Amino acid sequence: MTETNQQAAPSAINETSAMRIRRSRFDRLRILLSRAPLTAWFGMIVVTIYMIAAVFAPWLAPYGEAEIFAKADDVYSKEHWLGTDQIGRDVLTRLLFGARNTVGIALGTTLLSFLIGGGLGLIAAIDRGWIDQVFSRGIDVLMAIPSLIFALMLLAIFDSSIIGLILIIGVLDATRVFRLTRSVSLNIVVMDYVEAARLRGENMGWIMTREILPNILPPLIAEFGLRFIFVFLTIAALSFLGMGVQPPTADWGSMVRENARWITYVPYFPFQEAMFYALKPLLPAGCIALLTIAVNFIVDWFLHETSGLRDV
Amino acid sequence: MLRLFEVIGKRLLLGFVTLFIVSLLIFSAISLLPGDFAQAVLGQSATEDTLAAFRSGLGLDKPLIQRYFDWIVNVMRGDFGSSFSGRNSSGFDLSRPVLEIMAPKLRNTVFLALVTAAVAVPLALILGLLTALFRNSIFDRGANGLTLTTISAPEFFLAYILIIGFGGLLPTIANVKPDMGVFERLRLVALPTITLTLVIVAHMMRMTRAAIINLLASPYIEMARLSGASQAEIIFRHALPNAWAPIATVIAFNLAYLVVGVVVVEVVFTYEGIGKLMVDSVGSRDIPVVQACALIFAATYILLNLLADLIGILTNPRLLHPR
Amino acid sequence: MSEAAKTHSPLLLDMKNICIEGFADERWHPIIKGVDLQLNRGEVLGLIGESGAGKSTLGKAAMGYTQPGCRITAGEIWFDGQDLAQAKTREKRDIWGTRISYVAQSAAASFNPAHRLLEQTIRASKRQGERNDAELRRDAIELFDALNLPEPETIGQRYPHQVSGGQLQRVMTAMAMSSRPDLIIFDEPTTALDVTTQVEVLASIRNIVSQFNTAAIYITHDLAVVAQMADRIKVLRYGEEVEQADTRTMLSDPQEDYTKSLWSVRSLEKPEDASDDVLLSIDNIDAAYGTAKVLHDVSIKLPRGRTVAVVGESGSGKSTTARVITGLLPQSNGTVTFNGKKLPPKLSSRSKEQLRRIQMIYQMADTAMNPRQTVGQIIGRPLEFYLGLRGKDQERRVIELLEMIELDASFYDRLPDELSGGQKQRICIARALAAEPDMIICDEVTSALDQIVQEGILNLLQRLQNEFGIAYLFITHDIATVRAISDEIVVMWQGKVVEQGMKNEILSPPHPAYSQLLLSSVPEMDPDWLNNLLEQRETEGDGVIKAQD
Repeated sequence: MTETNQQAAPSAINETSAMRIRRSRFDRLRILLSRAPLTAWFGMIVVTIYMIAAVFAPWLAPYGEAEIFAKADDVYSKEHWLGTDQIGRDVLTRLLFGARNTVGIALGTTLLSFLIGGGLGLIAAIDRGWIDQVFSRGIDVLMAIPSLIFALMLLAIFDSSIIGLILIIGVLDATRVFRLTRSVSLNIVVMDYVEAARLRGENMGWIMTREILPNILPPLIAEFGLRFIFVFLTIAALSFLGMGVQPPTADWGSMVRENARWITYVPYFPFQEAMFYALKPLLPAGCIALLTIAVNFIVDWFLHETSGLRDV
Repeated sequence: MLRLFEVIGKRLLLGFVTLFIVSLLIFSAISLLPGDFAQAVLGQSATEDTLAAFRSGLGLDKPLIQRYFDWIVNVMRGDFGSSFSGRNSSGFDLSRPVLEIMAPKLRNTVFLALVTAAVAVPLALILGLLTALFRNSIFDRGANGLTLTTISAPEFFLAYILIIGFGGLLPTIANVKPDMGVFERLRLVALPTITLTLVIVAHMMRMTRAAIINLLASPYIEMARLSGASQAEIIFRHALPNAWAPIATVIAFNLAYLVVGVVVVEVVFTYEGIGKLMVDSVGSRDIPVVQACALIFAATYILLNLLADLIGILTNPRLLHPR
Repeated sequence: MSEAAKTHSPLLLDMKNICIEGFADERWHPIIKGVDLQLNRGEVLGLIGESGAGKSTLGKAAMGYTQPGCRITAGEIWFDGQDLAQAKTREKRDIWGTRISYVAQSAAASFNPAHRLLEQTIRASKRQGERNDAELRRDAIELFDALNLPEPETIGQRYPHQVSGGQLQRVMTAMAMSSRPDLIIFDEPTTALDVTTQVEVLASIRNIVSQFNTAAIYITHDLAVVAQMADRIKVLRYGEEVEQADTRTMLSDPQEDYTKSLWSVRSLEKPEDASDDVLLSIDNIDAAYGTAKVLHDVSIKLPRGRTVAVVGESGSGKSTTARVITGLLPQSNGTVTFNGKKLPPKLSSRSKEQLRRIQMIYQMADTAMNPRQTVGQIIGRPLEFYLGLRGKDQERRVIELLEMIELDASFYDRLPDELSGGQKQRICIARALAAEPDMIICDEVTSALDQIVQEGILNLLQRLQNEFGIAYLFITHDIATVRAISDEIVVMWQGKVVEQGMKNEILSPPHPAYSQLLLSSVPEMDPDWLNNLLEQRETEGDGVIKAQD
C-alpha cells in the first residue's frame, strides 16, 4: 500500500491533461482586450465619450439647460455652434444635458428592472415550487402585452413624471429580466455543487449569493446591456410620441419630436435649407442610435467571448 | 393522438386564460383613473347633474366585476363603447362609437402590417439561411454588422434617414384615403414599409441564423453528412423538417414586434392607423379608445404567439407519434 | 475472428503518417501526431485509448472526414486505390454511406427525429441506386431480423424516440450495413448502454460483421469489449500509437507500460472484512418522485469503517437510495437509522452535526465544484461551517488536507478549471474529508475517469478508510471497481434490493436470476468470453431474465 502511495503522490500533482494555464485577472483582461475586434473598440470609445458628456454636462455645456435666447430656430453661429431650437434654446447645451437625462433615466430604469426581475428570478429558480409557479404564470400574462402598448396605456392614466416613467418601464421590463435570470439560474441550481451546499446545510442567502450569482453573472451582464438598449429605445420612443420626458427637461426623444416639424417636407426644400431642417432632428436621433449601436457592439463581443462559442 | 390533443387543448386554454386576464387588466385601468376625471373630460363648467349622468353612463356606480362583464360582453359583440371626445359640459353627447372611429384605421394598419410581412418574412428567412450556411464569410460579417446597426437605431431615425434619402422619389406623408386604389396605397406606404422591414428583417434574420446554426450542430446532421448526403439534402431533408418550430417562433416574435414598431412609424409618416390613433387618444386621455386599441394590440400579440406554439406542437414528431 | 483476416486479402485501407489539428483558444493544437493504420478486407481493428487519445478523430479521418474546427495537416488516406485526404467533398460523398459507413456512439441523438427508422436505414443505399426501393426495404427488414430486433417487419415504421437505446444502436448498425459497405467505423457504439443490453448489441454487431465479411474499425475505451470484437488491437495515447498487436497477443503479453496500466483497476483486489458494528441502517424504505414510485421496500446496512458497494444498472434506484439517505428525497415509508438514532427524513430538519457526519462525493467532479471558487475556498468552507475554523487555522488545515490527498499547498489558490480530472475528484474527496465524517456516499466517483486515474482514486479512498475508519456507501455500475474496493455488495434492480451479502458470497454462484444476468454480462478480458457466455445462455435457455431492452 505505502509503496503505491509514494508512487501515486507525484503522479497526482503532475497530472496535466486538460489543464489551463493560470493567469491573473489583469493578464486575462489584457488578453481579452488585445483580441477585441474593431467594432468593440468603437463601442467602448463611444460609451466612454457619452459617460463623460453625461457626468460633466453642466461644466461642458455653454449655457443653462432651459436658457432661452432671443433668436429662435437660428442657424449655426459662433454663439450657438449647433444653432437654437424652435423657442430659442441652445441645441448643443440641450444635447449635452440630454445625454445626462436620457442615459441617466434609462440606466436607472434598467437597474430597477434588474433589482426586481433578478431578485425574483433567483428566488423562483431556487424554489422550483409554488412560488416559482405563481411568479412565472403572472409574468407570462404581463409579457403577453407588448410593453410599449402597456406603457402608453398606463401613461394615459397617470401623469408622465420621470419617476412614474422609471417605475412603469422598470416594472414592465423586469419581466424579461426575470425570465432570463430564472432560466440561467435553473441551469446552475441543478449543479452538484449547489446540491453539495444544500447538503452541507447552507442557507438560502449563501446559495443565492455565493453559489449561483457568480456563475450567472456573465449572461446577466450581457443582458444588462441589451435591456439598457431596449429601455433606452422605449423611453426615446415614448418621448418622441410626446408621452415620455416632459419639457423643459432636455431629452433626446423629445428633441427629435420638437425639431421634426418640417422633416417630411425636407425633400422639397432647397439644399441649404433642407440640410438645416434635417440636421436638427437627426442630431438627437443620431445620438440615440450611436449609443445603442455602441452598446450592441460591446455586448455582441462580450457574448462571443463568454459563451465560449468559437464558431470556426 | 390523445396526447397531442391534450397538449393542444392545454395550450389553447392557456391562451384563452391569458387573454382573459389581459382584458381584465386593461379594463381595470379605468378604475385607476383619479376621481375627478369626469370633470377633466367634461370641462370645468360641467354641472353636478351632467357629471353624475356621465358617471352612470359609464356604469361607474356599479360594482367593478359587473362592469367588467358588461364591457367584455359588449366587446365580444363588437361594441367598444363610445369615445370621450365630443362630450362637453352642456350635457349633449356628440361622441361617436369607438368602433366607428377605429374600423377604418384598423384596416389601414392591417394593410401596412401585411405588406411589410409579405416583404420582410421571406427576405429574412432567406438571408438568415444564407448567413448560417456561409458562416464567418465576408457576407455573413457584413450582414451581422449591418443588422446590428439597424436593430440599434430607433425607428424614427431610420424613417428620417429614408425620408431624406428617398423623399424626392417616394411620398413622405402616407395620407391614404378610403377610396384609393391598391397601387396608390402601395406607393404611399412604400417608405413606412421599408422602415419597418429594415427593423424586422434585421431581428428575424439574426434569430433565423442562430436557430439554423443550432440545428446544424446536432449529431444527426453530422451523421447525415457521414452517410454521404449532399448539402442540399442536409438542409431540405434533414434540417428543415426539424426547423418549423424555431422558425415559427421567430416569425411570430417579429410580427408581434411589428405591432409595436407600427406605432412610431405611423406617427412619423402621419399614417392614419390604429397606432397613431392610440397615441392621439393617450394624448387626449380618451380612455375607451385607448382600451380598445390596447386590447387589439394585446390580442394580436397573444394570438400570434399561440399560433407559433401550435405549429411547434404540430410538427414535433414526439407528440405526433407518441410511443 | 472473421475468416478473411486469416487469408491474406489485399489491403483495404492504408493511412500513412496522419496528422490532425484542432482549433481551440485561438490557435491550432495537434490531436493526431503522425499515426499509421492499415486494415485488410474483412478485418476488424480495435482502436483503444482513453478520453482525449484521438481515437474518434482518427476513426472519422479514415473516411476522410474531420469535424468542424479540425483539419488534416499531413498524411495519406488510401481507401481502395483512392486518396481520401486529397479527394473532393463530392467524391467522398459518393463513398460515404455506401462503401464506408459510420455508427455513432449516441444513437438517440444521431437519428433524425423527424423521419421513420426504415427511411433513414435505406437512405444512403437508395442514393447508390443499385437496388430499388422495395428490395432495399425487404433487405432492411432482414437486417433488423439478423440483428435480433423485435418485430423486424414493423419496427422500421417507428420514429427514433419510439424505440429504446439498445434497439436504436442496432438499427444504426442495420443502416450502416444496408449498402453492404467495405468498411464500417463503430465509434463507441455500446458505451452509452447498460451492461445487460450491451451484451446483446455486441453479439448482434459481431455476427452481422462476420456474416457479410465487412472490415471494421471498432473504437472503444473498454479493453474487455474490444477483446470480443477485434482481430487486432491498436492502442492510442495523446494522438500517438503506443503499440499494436493481434488481440490474443495484446491481452496476454502487452509490451508497453501504458498498455499494462490499462489493466490496473481490474487487477486491484482487496480482501473482504466483515463487521457487525452497524453505522447506518435503512429499513423498508419506499420513495417516490411525485406519483412515480422508485424505491420499493429497500433495506441496506452499512457497517462502521467498511465499504458497501451498491450495484445496478441505470434506473435500478441506487442513486435514489443515496438521495433518501442524504435527506434530499424524504422517504414515504421506512426509517434511516444512523449511529443508533433515527434521522429525520427531511434535510431541513436535520442538525448540523447530523449533516456533518454524512458526506457525499459525486460522479462529475466538474459540476461538483463551484467554478468561481478556489480550492482553498472549496475545502475551507466546511471547515468554517462545521468546525468554526477561520483564518490561519483554516488555511493550515486545508493544506494538511491537500497533503492527505497527495497534492500540495501550491493548489491552494487554483480554480477548478486549472485542475485535471483526477485532481478535481481528489479536491472533492478533501472537501468531504474536511467535515470529518463517519461515512461518505460515493456516487459513481470513478466512472468518469480514465483507468489509470481511477486506480489512484481507489487507492486513496482505501488508504483514507484505513487511517480514519470512514465507511463508504459506494454506488457504481462497474463490477471491476466493486472487486477493487468493497467488503459487502448490494445488488439493486428496478427499485428493489435483489441481494446483499459479503463480496465473495455475491460474486460467486449461485445467484438470484438478476444478479446472474448482471454479473455475467460484464465483459471480461478473455477473447472467448462472449462466445462462452452466448453458448451458456443458449443451453440454460430461460433460466435467466431477458435483458430489459
